[in-house]
Amino acid sequence: MPWELKTDRPIYAQLIEQIELKICSGVYPPGSKLPSVRDLAREASVNPNTMQRALAKLEDDGLLYTSRTSGRFVTEDDNMVCQVKNKLAQEQMRDFLEKMKRLGFENKEILNMLKTILEEVEQ
Amino acid sequence: MNTILECKNLSKSFGATKALDGINLTIERGRIVGLLGPNGSGKTTFIKICNELLTPTSGEVKINGFNPGVETKKIVSYLSEKTYLNDWMKVSQIIRFFQDFYADFSPEKAYDMLKRLNIDPNSRLKTLSRGTKEKVQLILVMSRDAKLYLLDEPIGGVDPAARDYILDTIITNYSEDAAVILSTHLISDIEKVLDDIIFLKEGQVVLNKTVDEIRDEYGKSVDALFREVFKC
Repeated sequence: MPWELKTDRPIYAQLIEQIELKICSGVYPPGSKLPSVRDLAREASVNPNTMQRALAKLEDDGLLYTSRTSGRFVTEDDNMVCQVKNKLAQEQMRDFLEKMKRLGFENKEILNMLKTILEEVEQ
Repeated sequence: MNTILECKNLSKSFGATKALDGINLTIERGRIVGLLGPNGSGKTTFIKICNELLTPTSGEVKINGFNPGVETKKIVSYLSEKTYLNDWMKVSQIIRFFQDFYADFSPEKAYDMLKRLNIDPNSRLKTLSRGTKEKVQLILVMSRDAKLYLLDEPIGGVDPAARDYILDTIITNYSEDAAVILSTHLISDIEKVLDDIIFLKEGQVVLNKTVDEIRDEYGKSVDALFREVFKC
């Protein structure tokens, strides 16, 4: 999964979201070891200090933890990963709804369209 | 002491023209700093003063506590805007030359980077294209284990793929002990790699913030802000 960074928002906040996404989607599964700050910074082509700040915030949030001798790991707490997953999903849906409203759709219409599309996809 | 470069009230005039006009700056170790400004804003003059190629009209620069001179040249790795290498020399000879000059120069690092960029160490400089010459010069500068890298437009003359490699090299080479100051016009290519942004305008510092502060406060990229501030 490539790193996608937009140009109009702080890089730090975007790195946090992208790492959360990588954790939720199983790129970095619970309990797994993360690459070093330098390697992550290189992979995302970002400043190492910015990457370090993003990791520190995720550590504060409890999603990552540091073992003094062996590096940085993803939490083993599945519940916590689940919570983050829900948070990300809600953000996506709010974003989607806002765009649909801007196009002039009412809630009921949106729900109906969604149902139709889901049925189409299933077939 | 965490400050690697400090300048106080630094000014430089060429006749009636003020190239630098009362610059105050403090650069910490472990930072990657972008020195940005339109043509003629004083970027190269500032970098040249830091390398003792020009002397200030008033004010001063201290690098690791010293005025620019022998002591600072040991720890400053400088990429100039022009090539100064002898055309008749082979790349390998220039590497030996640098090894003699600088105690912190690593030939292994240089040969490794030459290989990555597909440059034959046995070729003579005059047979290389302008872009390749610029790559060689940057390789020499980045192969030193310096405390301050002063890079005057390091990515201007090279192709986008080499640009990515150079940025990658700056990230890989990152050390908490060393600072990098680079000037460039190619802001969008480089802003993700920078900590701090300094805007120079007519010899004065008009903005000094981190990249994320700029994106947060203005809701736009450094590149977009530059185009707005320096709109012609």
